[in-house]
Amino acid sequence: MALMEILVYPDPRLKQISEPVEEFNDDLRSFIEDLEETMRNGPGGVGIASPQVGRFERIVIVDVSSKPKIKHHGRLILINPEITAYNGFAVGREGCMSVPDYTGNVVRAEAIELAAQDEYGQEQTFEMEGYEARAVQHEMDHLEGLLFLDRLVSRRTDLFQRKAYKKAGSKK
Amino acid sequence: MLTLVGKDQPGIVAKITSCLYESGCNLGEASMTRLGGNFTIMMMVKFDGTPEALESTVGPIADSLELRCHVDLIEGNLHRHVEPNVQVSVYGADRAGIVCEVTGTLAEAGLNILNLESDVGGSEENPIYIMRIEGVTSQEIEKLEDALAVLAREKNVETRISPIDVMMG
Repeated sequence: MALMEILVYPDPRLKQISEPVEEFNDDLRSFIEDLEETMRNGPGGVGIASPQVGRFERIVIVDVSSKPKIKHHGRLILINPEITAYNGFAVGREGCMSVPDYTGNVVRAEAIELAAQDEYGQEQTFEMEGYEARAVQHEMDHLEGLLFLDRLVSRRTDLFQRKAYKKAGSKK
Repeated sequence: MLTLVGKDQPGIVAKITSCLYESGCNLGEASMTRLGGNFTIMMMVKFDGTPEALESTVGPIADSLELRCHVDLIEGNLHRHVEPNVQVSVYGADRAGIVCEVTGTLAEAGLNILNLESDVGGSEENPIYIMRIEGVTSQEIEKLEDALAVLAREKNVETRISPIDVMMG
């Protein structure tokens, strides 16, 4: 196990699009161990994407289980993840290990459905919401070369509209 | 800290910042906003000279835009953001006293305000006051919530408080 160096914006590599993982081998699993260790070493880090350490493959790790009182799936290894459904909108505050000393408000889907492979290539699907769904969307953006800075909304944007949005959505 | 205030018109930001750039300044964090028809700028400026020299650099362009200009020598602390962990939203029929009541209550309950924005909306006959506050507290949010609930009841304003839980990815 080894900590890896996190790329920090304005490193142009953070804007690179990552390639799908083709081979599910020991090299991949060993890299995932290092990636997870690097994520857990970051201050408050609940997610990481492979391109953040300079490996441009579609690998994301999310674990929001340290946060109290939220729904979650524990430790998630998401390889070649695809969001298959988006529901509702929510504004929330995000920061990023690749963008130190700045946080900003970002609109994300309140709930998502997700298909991904695990570190053995096994297909899995998830339904998730709230903080965990936000973390997954943030990390998956890295795979497209997007940072939360690409999605900032005004600080004035209402952080309290989530429930209103939900209500509006449920009428459909 | 360079402060500029005057009647709003198009081009203020572009003209002021061009002048600063051409004079070798580097800009830091800034807040620029229109308040009641006035344009206001508070801006950190890194400048190798005295506050007086900066004032006379900006002076002519500020005069031409009819902006009042003020420079304070400050210590510029960048890369030390304090992250807010609480957001408060308040609104109600406009009257004198809302801001001091709300912020007094919050200060007493242990909130340090990092950012406050307020607007007067509604009609001229029935103005409403809308305020958003971000701050940091080491207290339980329930303590602030309870204090605000009392205030809301007694002073007839709507208040909402919610944690800001930063997702660090």
